[in-house]
Amino acid sequence: MILTIASGKGGTGKTTIATSLALAIADESPLYLDCDVEAPNAHIFLKPTFDQSRAVTLPIPVVDGGRCDGCGRCAEVCQYHAIVVIGAKVLVFPELCHGCGSCTLQCPHTAIEEVPYRLGMLEAGLSKEGIRFARGILDIGQPMAVPIIRALQRWHPFGEMETIIRDAPPGVSCPVVETMSGADFVLLVTEPTPFGLHDLRLAVQLTSELGVPAGVVVNRDGIGDQRVDEYCQSADIPILIRIPFDDRIGRALACGKNLVEAFPEYLPRFRDLYTDICDRIIEREAVR
Amino acid sequence: MKLTFTVKTQAENAKLERRFGRCPYFLIIDTESGKRTILENPALDSPHGAGTQAAQFLIENNVGVVVSGDFGPNAYSVLDAAGVQIYTADEGPVEKLFADYQDGNLQRATPHAGRGHGRRR
Repeated sequence: MILTIASGKGGTGKTTIATSLALAIADESPLYLDCDVEAPNAHIFLKPTFDQSRAVTLPIPVVDGGRCDGCGRCAEVCQYHAIVVIGAKVLVFPELCHGCGSCTLQCPHTAIEEVPYRLGMLEAGLSKEGIRFARGILDIGQPMAVPIIRALQRWHPFGEMETIIRDAPPGVSCPVVETMSGADFVLLVTEPTPFGLHDLRLAVQLTSELGVPAGVVVNRDGIGDQRVDEYCQSADIPILIRIPFDDRIGRALACGKNLVEAFPEYLPRFRDLYTDICDRIIEREAVR
Repeated sequence: MKLTFTVKTQAENAKLERRFGRCPYFLIIDTESGKRTILENPALDSPHGAGTQAAQFLIENNVGVVVSGDFGPNAYSVLDAAGVQIYTADEGPVEKLFADYQDGNLQRATPHAGRGHGRRR
C-alpha cells in the first residue's frame, strides 16, 4: 500500500502527521519516503542512521564539434529549449534539460553523446523503531525536483516493501503530482483557516484528477472557522482525524520531538487512522 | 542592421516590455531602410526555457541589436554567443528609446549575476 501525505498549503503539518503515522505502525516496518527533496526534514523526527546513498543524475547532451555541422536538428526537437544552435556553435543549458534524449536520437550525424549531470542524491537508513527511511536531496542551485522524487520512488534500498508512506512537498505542482501518482490513498493535511481551505480545494482537485481517493486531516483544530468542515462535507471528502491547536505540541516539535513521542496518547488514534485508511482502500478495491 | 525592442503591444510607440523572454511582441526596426516589423514572441507561453527560445528566434531573424529590460543568464549567453549587442532600458515609449539608442544614450547590459527568472520548476 502506498499512502501519500500531502497538503496544498505549506506548514500545515504534513511531516508531523506522516512521521506520527509511521511511528504508530512501526511494527509493520513501513518504508518512509521523504519526497520533499527541496527541504527534507522528516529525518529530524525519525532519526534514521543513514548507511546507503547514491547520486541522482540526468543524461545531458555533449556535442562533438568534429562531427556536428550545425544543422540545428537538436535545437528543433528540444521542447525544453535547452539547446540553442548559432551557426556552427551549439549551446547546451543543463539546468533546462529534462534528459529526454530526443536530441541524441535525432542527431543525423551522431554527434551527441550523453553524460551524467548530477541533480542531487538519495540516502537511506533504519530508524531505531525499525522504520525503513529514505529521502531525496536536491542539490542547491538545481531547479528540478521531479527527477529526484522519481528516482527516490524507484529506489529499493530495502527491497520490495508492503507499506509505503510518502511525505510530499507542499503545493500542487509537478513534484506533488509525482508524489501522488501511483498512491492508493492521499491524506490531505490542512488547517481550518481561509488559506488552509483555499489550498485544500486545489489539492482535492488534484487527487480527483489523478483518480486517487483522499481523506483530510484537520490540524490546529479549534482556530479559524467552520468552512473547511463545510467544504469537506459538500465535496464528500471524509475528515479522518483532528489534531487540536495546542501550543504544547508546537513546543515539542520545536525540540525535535515527534507528536506521538511527546504525547503517547495519540498513538492509538494514529493506529486507528491507519486501519481506517486500509479499510477504505479495501472497500474501494471491492467495489471495483 | 536589425534592431529589436521587446514591446507590450502592437501599437505605434508602444511601451518597452522589461521581460525579455516573456515579452508579447518584438518590434524590429531595420536601421538602413527604416522598415518596421512586429513579430509575436513564440516563447511567450512556453512552459520551459522561454529565454533561450526567444533568443534563438531573434538570431534566426538576423537581429543585431536587442533592447529590453532584464535578460536572464541563459538568454544573455545565447545572444552574446551570437554576437548580438544587448542593451537594457527602463520601461518607456519605444520612440524615445530608439532616439536614445541613436544618440548613444542606451546602456549595455551586463551578464546576469543572479539566477534566471523563468518559471523553471
